[in-house]
Amino acid sequence: MFRIMWYAMAFAVAALPAQAQESDTAKMREELRQLQQRLQQLEKRLEQAESTATQAAVQASSRPQTESALNPGVSVILNGVYGNFSRDPNTYRLNGFVPTMGDVAAGRRGLSLGESELAFMSNIDHMFRGTLIASISPDNSSIDVEEGYIQTIGLSHGFTIKAGRFFSAVGYQNQVHAHAWDFADTPLAMKVFLGNQLNEDGIQFKWVAPTDLYFDAGVEFGRGRQFPSGVDRNKNGFGSTNLFTHLGGDLGQSIAWQTGLSHLRTSPQDRAYDDVDSAGAAVTNSFTGKSRLWVLDGVLKWAPNGNPTYNNFKLQGEYFRRNEDGNLTFDTAGAALTDGLSSRQSGWYLQAVYQFLPQWRFGYRYDRLDSGTTNIGLVDSGALSAADFPVLGGYNPKRNTAMIDWNPSEFSRIRLQFARDYSRLNQPDNQLLLQYIVSLGAHGAHKF
Amino acid sequence: MKTLLKLLLAIGAVLLAWPAAAALNVFACEPEWGALAQELGGDRVSVFSATTALQDPHRIEARPSLIARIRNADLVVCSGSELEVGWLPLLLTQSGNDRIQPGSPGFLEASQYVVKLEIPKVIDRALGDIHPAGNPHIHLDPRNIAKVAEVLTGRLVELDHANAELYKTRADAFARRWQPALESWTKRAAPLKGVPLVVYHKDMSYFINWSGMREAGALEPRPGIPPTPSHLADLVERMQRNPAKVIVYSPYNNPRAAEFLSERAKIPDVLLPFTVGGTEKAKDLFGLFDDTIDRLLATVK
Repeated sequence: MFRIMWYAMAFAVAALPAQAQESDTAKMREELRQLQQRLQQLEKRLEQAESTATQAAVQASSRPQTESALNPGVSVILNGVYGNFSRDPNTYRLNGFVPTMGDVAAGRRGLSLGESELAFMSNIDHMFRGTLIASISPDNSSIDVEEGYIQTIGLSHGFTIKAGRFFSAVGYQNQVHAHAWDFADTPLAMKVFLGNQLNEDGIQFKWVAPTDLYFDAGVEFGRGRQFPSGVDRNKNGFGSTNLFTHLGGDLGQSIAWQTGLSHLRTSPQDRAYDDVDSAGAAVTNSFTGKSRLWVLDGVLKWAPNGNPTYNNFKLQGEYFRRNEDGNLTFDTAGAALTDGLSSRQSGWYLQAVYQFLPQWRFGYRYDRLDSGTTNIGLVDSGALSAADFPVLGGYNPKRNTAMIDWNPSEFSRIRLQFARDYSRLNQPDNQLLLQYIVSLGAHGAHKF
Repeated sequence: MKTLLKLLLAIGAVLLAWPAAAALNVFACEPEWGALAQELGGDRVSVFSATTALQDPHRIEARPSLIARIRNADLVVCSGSELEVGWLPLLLTQSGNDRIQPGSPGFLEASQYVVKLEIPKVIDRALGDIHPAGNPHIHLDPRNIAKVAEVLTGRLVELDHANAELYKTRADAFARRWQPALESWTKRAAPLKGVPLVVYHKDMSYFINWSGMREAGALEPRPGIPPTPSHLADLVERMQRNPAKVIVYSPYNNPRAAEFLSERAKIPDVLLPFTVGGTEKAKDLFGLFDDTIDRLLATVK
């Protein structure tokens, strides 16, 4: 546009004197030459100005919009539940298995606010990235650190080190945050073997192999602050060790898979649980010994051509196996009888979730636990009877769960879940949960 | 247990000792950047594209196979501006690879080097899954490809200095082919000027801006929210008052909404390749623009 104007002006200026002084062609040529020169200079300046303007526009269009551009990413998870249980959730227990120390019930009756999550995450510098995820309990207004860790981003050759409090890499779902679960609660196996979800204070070393097929291996050393470890140890060494490895890849365009094997080793010390003895009196028993847990997990995801937007399918399963050997003390506050205890127990679940329409998914989960063999020295020796350890009596809990959820956007989910739960001996529980989960703020990235 | 640990360490040691692969490993988040890296690097680069034209780059799972690939990458090329926010950060933190972390020469966000469109004045999720840093789908303006090519060449030279001359020669050759192609596309796309179109997602904005077309509506009621019956009914009504000339959608969009509107509003719909590999003819970046313009011209005529 400008260029054409310049040419037109130059032509007019050049043409006028040409008509006036036809004879002096040499002078005219000289003037024309000068004009051309000036024109070129102007063009050059225009070009420079244009490129400066473009650069400025590129910078302006890329500049962070606010003063707080360096604040960490912040996100908030809100959730609320309506629960309808045919059995009192306060009496919830899983028969056949040692009660874990936390609350593992599926929820509460009526309307309640779930735990709200507050997450901060950011790169710290070129070496580290930091994450803090706090959960705010709605009732006693306590704030728990769910995860608070730093991890390296500055290491090479596939190594990553994580330190702080984090969800342990034992099994698959244990590392997934509650808001990203496909069902409202944890599988029964996670309730009995990990006390719902295991987050350790510790350090994790992980290595990813330089192969196109994904392979990683790692080790975690933990404080042992939670079940299965037991009470806080007041000890300089490690309270728990977890070894893990994963293998994963794609099958064509549409299928991605991952399997994992993990081994959690702890030595519980005075791990207490409450029970009722044969006379009907409340007693507290405690276990000291070794606990060895193996978990085999697998996930398979399918989406047509790898595009999950419209339809997708996810199959997930885990198998847990635990051996415990040590001593059991009966009625720590009273009789305080101690003898050996050994148990071999296992459990598994398999779940499938299908997105049949954009925004709509349904899923089904089957849980099964096997209380296996439990040898109680105090019973074998005849000092006490099996009726003194009702919780440890053989029983295989199972549960069927179905859910349907609606996801108006990536940031909100409304879920209806129904479960028929045989966790308690001979007492099936019908559990209905209606739940919303939303996330505000920074767009989170979810693990595979 | 100890033997297992020893075995793992031994495997690790062997793998570490492997000589680094000769070619530069390029991890492209989207096929267009993979194609560009291939044009500029030739056989000196080994290109892996994390997504295909059939996948929505917003919604990608951080799959194990992607972590495995990014772990060995020397250079990561992505659109950026939060297009990959749902998966790339996770790949980066899981990679154990310091060469491709943000801020290092091995991490290239293409959208940082062009003039971005549609930087929202109001940032609110009620408006949909908006990108606060502006529209990230920058590659459908052929002038942007030329700009990113310059930056990418610079990175290749920086990362693989031994082959600097080769990259520069290839970049020159690419520019010499791209410039005349760009001029011919500008000429051929001239009839598209002012033509109103309905898009599926706001992923055509840079093409619209370059070609001078006019966006008359979007099938998504809000960015990232799939088309709803009420919104489509609304669109049909709007099209009766101010008809668009064409409805476009990408290979990763479900064609049903476009077909519905096309039928009701009597406006032709057309699949555009959107990126390299999106259609038979969009084999490379040249084919991408050729085919996009051809398909639009054939439909609008």
